[in-house]
Amino acid sequence: MPAPAQRRIIFAHIDEPGYTNDLPCYLKHGGYEVLKKAVTRPPQELIDEVKKSGLRGRGGAGFPCGVKWGLVDRKSGKPIYLIVNADESEPGTFKDRYIMHQDPHQLIEGTMISCFANNVKLAYIYIRGEMPHGARILEKALAEARAAGFVGQNICGTGYSCDIFVHRGAGAYICGEETGLIESLEGKRANPRIKPPYFPAVLGLYQCPTIVNNVETLCHVKYIVEHGGDAFTRIGTPNNTGTRIFCVSGHVQKPGYYEFEAGKITMGELLNDVCGGPLPGRKFKAVIPGGSSAKVMRFGERYKGKRKVGADMVDYDWGVEDVPMDFDSLGMIGTMGGSGGVIVMDDTVNMVEALANINAFYSHESCGQCTPCREGSLWMKKITTRMVHGEARAEDAALLKSVADQIPGRTICAFGEACSWPTQSFIAKFGDEFKGYADAKKVAKPTEEATLI
Amino acid sequence: MNLKSATLQKIDEVITHYPVKRSATLPLLHLIQEDIGHLPERTEEWVAAKLGLEPINVYEVITFYPMFRRKPIGRRHIKVCRTLSCALVGGYKTCAQFEQEFNTHRGEVSPDGEVTVDFVECLASCGTAPVVLIDDDLHENVDCAKAKSLSDQIKAEARVRSQESGVRSQEPESRIHT
Repeated sequence: MPAPAQRRIIFAHIDEPGYTNDLPCYLKHGGYEVLKKAVTRPPQELIDEVKKSGLRGRGGAGFPCGVKWGLVDRKSGKPIYLIVNADESEPGTFKDRYIMHQDPHQLIEGTMISCFANNVKLAYIYIRGEMPHGARILEKALAEARAAGFVGQNICGTGYSCDIFVHRGAGAYICGEETGLIESLEGKRANPRIKPPYFPAVLGLYQCPTIVNNVETLCHVKYIVEHGGDAFTRIGTPNNTGTRIFCVSGHVQKPGYYEFEAGKITMGELLNDVCGGPLPGRKFKAVIPGGSSAKVMRFGERYKGKRKVGADMVDYDWGVEDVPMDFDSLGMIGTMGGSGGVIVMDDTVNMVEALANINAFYSHESCGQCTPCREGSLWMKKITTRMVHGEARAEDAALLKSVADQIPGRTICAFGEACSWPTQSFIAKFGDEFKGYADAKKVAKPTEEATLI
Repeated sequence: MNLKSATLQKIDEVITHYPVKRSATLPLLHLIQEDIGHLPERTEEWVAAKLGLEPINVYEVITFYPMFRRKPIGRRHIKVCRTLSCALVGGYKTCAQFEQEFNTHRGEVSPDGEVTVDFVECLASCGTAPVVLIDDDLHENVDCAKAKSLSDQIKAEARVRSQESGVRSQEPESRIHT
């Protein structure tokens, strides 16, 4: 069966010839019509549409957006803030970049609708420091939208006012974590806050209720408000509504971004039919399905269990290629859909070296406030780097596992999990490669093999 | 602090974006770094005074974020992505090519002062790996051959500039070099 066709709702105009990122082009394509209608509706109605839609956050955790909005403390009398999380930095993820560079007004419209629905008067777009052009494009787009009355004072003549400003990060991955992002926006080190009590919905930016949503999530809000929550649930699969943008990188013929209805495409269809399969003469070996912290999948392994289909429980017996690409299926087999970043590795890759690369990333990016994470990520990096560049020992696999097992659940934020999942899953699935690495190193590497660390 | 008047204007403007001045710490540091090329001595005192903070509040921010630097860099900043998706398709070779082209090592200013090559973490363009950020511009699918041609371009621009400055030597050079 061939792979289903792409369903581009968020990426509808990405890479479209002649489509430019300025306001006139956006207006020509029906831009800001949804906002104009939205501001005439009761805000609660908009929140209800988002709840009905089942929209799950696209930043990585897949938390239901409507529930997130429902948790906001609206009785405190404090201002409510909204922050767009545009700190796209989970390795393997590169979708928000294209929205901000090529279709910034889509994001601004989605943001304004969300601000109106939640009675927000001031919002920020927190964009990665490494996207200076993206920041400039957004600033220009905001200025255009402000001049046209879509942002700022008296929006669409309704008397409702809300401004949006761009705030640039400065190269720290941890700013993608929402409480770290809030600290950073307050002008501090991005050390995540402990929950409870610092749930952003109650004690967020400046200790006020705050909504933090991913770029893609807010674009979905625009679509939902335009077409209705019910219509959105008809896209995708139950509990995994709407579309998902997959960012495929690594060893496939056609890496890139692809938008499909959630759960309607399997890993095998995505990699073989859409991305053209492995490079000539090579075979797929492993794939990380949702950003580099997601647990790795090994080609050839089977996943078995029972899952709910409608009202029934049915048995499933899947290979890697059979797994539907949605939050629930990937969660069920012990990994996650995360941010949609799919990293593919073929049979030229040595898994010890791939893990060493990932460990170097997490060790560099740990904010350092929790000892298990700061020291654990550093030691995992030191061990895997030594294995590659120094002496590899048979007992290293057990040592790595022991370090990784001591981090999750003992840290303030989910970085503890994020940095230990790669080590835990690589050791569990490719343990022999770690045990035999000392011998494997004695054989000279083919020159076409990439250096990974 | 010797900042351009345009920078000072932007600094005063950006502070108004926030209900709490301290939030302008990162924007101010970006603006100063863009103006001067790095964050010189006394930056923390100057920013702290501007925002009503203690210098330590600013210092701890400067040392936390990888993009802020205390020392001058080369005229052009070449940031090669090191992370997995780029490494899988040759990012390490790309970085080595730039180092070789400018006879330098990552993290250092090249002997001619022309570039600083850095190996940085994920630049969020993994589908067009390996990627390289040169100053503000992203370059995609940078294999060794493309790294060489980008280097040649930078070298050619440097030659033109040195000829021009030879003719008009009274013109002050960019502050990065001082």
